[in-house]
Formats: sequence, structure tokens, C-alpha cells
Amino acid sequence: MPERIIVPFGPQHPVLPEPIHVDLVLEDEKVVEAIPSIGYIHRGLEQLVQKREYTEYVYVAERICGICSFIHALCYSQGIEHIMKIEVPDRARYLRTIWSECSRLHSHLLWLGLFADSMGFENLFMRSWQLRESVLDVLEDTTGGRVIQGTCKVGGVRRDIGQEKLDEMHRELDPFEQKCRDLGDVFLNDETVKYRLRGLGVITKDEAYALGAAGPTARGSGVAMDHRETGYAAYGDLGFKPVVETAGDCYARCAVRVKEVYASIDIIRRAIEEMPEGPIDVKVKGTPDGEYFSRAEQPRGEVVHYLRGDGSKHLARARIRTPTLANIPPLVKMLPGAQLADVPVVVLSIDPCISCTER
Amino acid sequence: MSIFQMTKTVIRNLTGGPATRQYPAVPARTCLLTRGHVAIDPSTCRSCGLCSKRCPCEAIRLDKEEKVWEIDRMRCIACGDCVEGCPFGSLTMEQSYHPPVTEHVVERYTITYVKPEKPEKKPAEESTKEEGVGESA
Repeated sequence: MPERIIVPFGPQHPVLPEPIHVDLVLEDEKVVEAIPSIGYIHRGLEQLVQKREYTEYVYVAERICGICSFIHALCYSQGIEHIMKIEVPDRARYLRTIWSECSRLHSHLLWLGLFADSMGFENLFMRSWQLRESVLDVLEDTTGGRVIQGTCKVGGVRRDIGQEKLDEMHRELDPFEQKCRDLGDVFLNDETVKYRLRGLGVITKDEAYALGAAGPTARGSGVAMDHRETGYAAYGDLGFKPVVETAGDCYARCAVRVKEVYASIDIIRRAIEEMPEGPIDVKVKGTPDGEYFSRAEQPRGEVVHYLRGDGSKHLARARIRTPTLANIPPLVKMLPGAQLADVPVVVLSIDPCISCTER
Repeated sequence: MSIFQMTKTVIRNLTGGPATRQYPAVPARTCLLTRGHVAIDPSTCRSCGLCSKRCPCEAIRLDKEEKVWEIDRMRCIACGDCVEGCPFGSLTMEQSYHPPVTEHVVERYTITYVKPEKPEKKPAEESTKEEGVGESA
């Protein structure tokens, strides 16, 4: 029987954008056990809810993560709006949907680039990030910020997108989609990519469900679970079907994200076409008194904001469950059986976002 | 064998020129809405203090007696709440980002706004009429 050794993976590792530590128990080159540990970048953002007014906390919620920033703000605002029974105008719901999908687009393109980098396909990495740049330009043109948009607020949105800009975005969508399809074609059909990803880090549908996987990790294993189906923001009007793959390996998780890029482009197109006229916000009066579990679909999965107000201008409690935290148990299940050289690819396939996880 | 999926893109990129800007020779991309940094015009600020009340990160401090307006650039998150809330248009959002610094510096501005002197009092009836017109406009 080969001798067991422990190889530390992270917190500083070339493929990891953020610090997570995994102790890998190896037999020769094969992983037999993985022991994760987190806690490197805890910032105490949940406690901060007691020091910032409930309208100001949107900015903090947005800074929980630098990639899914808008959706955190959206989820928090929806929670407060539900507690205070505020009806958000239609145009604000559509604008929120457009910005959410832009966030998803740039997050998925970022992840596709990092994933290509983790398997050593540098050219594809550069190409993904080149396409991501055009999404960031649109976000900057419409909100003023590339990754921290700062446009969502309790009661609506802070900025409107003019009809001229909407038309321009609509015109640019077709060429952009063509470029994304060329990029997706490489991820889905290139032999080298398939050879590297097929059958790697497999997790079955039952395991994924039992371990509480979220987002593309769950959908890659055939669990058709997407919170956008419940129709928050304008998803209810636009109609939405989750993208599902059944293989449960790294290739399936990659395919889910590639197809979600196409789906996001389609949602943005329809949202621009059906954009209603009207106000973009309502005046917020009073303070939140009550509690609510607010949920939204982030690029990485479902995020839950539990908010409790006690009638004062500061919330009493906020608890945020982010998708990466839910995806760590499936990751621990995926790693045993993989070769040491494949570990970076498997770890990245859940799209770990550690800033979210630790808040 | 489909291993040449990427070739089309590679050839297009080779002939298409660079995708990035030759920064700093070509300035960085900005747009009208870019939130760079907050700037104040001390000659129009009337020390109402709304900006410091609205600031979510307590970066702005106003001393009404000393007529001093301070901003801590390291605390400021450039959200633009103060600019939206300023009733006199003294605050603007500039598109350029602040250069990186190594020391914690608080920028101080002395407010130079001088309250215009009230026009000399005319007979009581006329002055009340004028004020009334001004308010309704």
C-alpha cells in the first residue's frame, strides 16, 4: 500500500484568485481525501448592519463580493422592500434584470477565462477576458462603475438608462453573441478541452442534491434548480428556463456556464425590447419592522439574505448565505479520485468566491 | 478531429491589432457617468451639511463655524450620494480617479461662499411683495 502524504493546496496558489486552503491527502499522485479550511478574509460585514442605516447597508451588501456585487445589492433591497411592503416600479424591475444579467455575463466570462487558464489554455483565457471587457464597458456607461455598480437602492434604482443607450446596447448584442458563440464553441467542441475535462470531478444528481449544491454546480449534475424561475425582478414577465446538463463532471459545469452566457444575452435582449416606461424609484418612508428570507440567483448559485428589522433605522440582524459556502461540501466529494495535477481544475469548476463565503 | 476551433479567432486577433490601449500614451477609457472622485466648489457651498449626513462611510466632515469642508479620500467610496443630495450643485463627480497615495491624507477646503447682502430695506409694503414673488418662483 502506498504511503499517504498531505499536500497543502492554497491559500496562495496560482489558480486561486482568493485564499482558500485545502489539505490534500495523497496516495502517490491520487487524492484520497480533501480537508478544506476557510477564514482568511473574514471582514465582519454582517455585524456592520447594526452600525449602518438600512438604506446605507446596500453599499456594504454590494461590496461583499466584487463580481456578483449587483445581485447582492438586489437581494438585500428586495428583502427590505418585502419587509416594508414597497412596490417597486416596473421600469426599475426591468433595469435590475438587465444589470443582473450583465453581472452574470461578466462573471461567467471571467470564470471561463480563469478555467481556461487553470487547464493551461492561455489563448482562450485572454479571449474570454477580452469579451468580458466589452460587458464591463456597458456597465460603466450605464451605471458609472465597472464592477461596483452602486445603482440599486431600496425602493428602485438610482439611474435610468436612456432610450438611445438601450438601442445601442440592443444593436451590439447580435455581434457580441456571435463572438460569445465562437468562444463557447471552443469550450464545448475542442478535443483538447474535452479530453481535459470529461469524467473529471464527477458528482451525481443525488449527491449534489443531498450535499446542497447550488447554481451551475447543481445544474451540471442534472438538478434543475434556478431561483430565477420563481420570477423575482422581471424574470417572471420575461419567462425563464434553467440550463441543465446531466453528466456532473467538470465539462458539464463548464457547458452550463457557456450556455448561461447565451441565455443571459437572450434575457437582456428581451428585457430591452419589453422595457416599460415610467418612474424608476419610489420614495421610502419609515423603518423596517419584521423579518424576511430574501433569495436571488447569483452567477455561482442561490444567495440568501436573512434580514430582521426591529423598527429602528438599523437592522437587528443580517445573515447572508452565499453559494460558494454551499458548494464546498460537493467540492470535498469531487476531489477524491482525482490526480494531483487535476485538482486546480476541479477546485475552479465550482467557481469559488471566497470573499462571498466569508463576508 | 476538432482541435482547430480556436484557430479562426487566433488569426483574426493576429491581424486585428492590439485589443488593449497603449496606456499611458493613450488615456484610460472614461464615460460621462464614471465615478472617479468627488470635487467641491467652495465658492458655492452654503454649509448646509446634507453631504456629511448622507455619506454612508462618514468620509465627509463639515465644520460650520470654521467654514471648513473635509473629505477623507481613503474612506470615500465614490458612491455619489452626496452629489445627488447637494441642493446647491457645489459637489460634482469627476471622471478621473484619484492617484494612489501612501499616506493617509484628509483634504481640507475652506468655504469661501459669502452670503449676499440683503438689498436695502425699502418701504415695508414693496419689500414684502418682492419676497413673495421670489419665493413662489
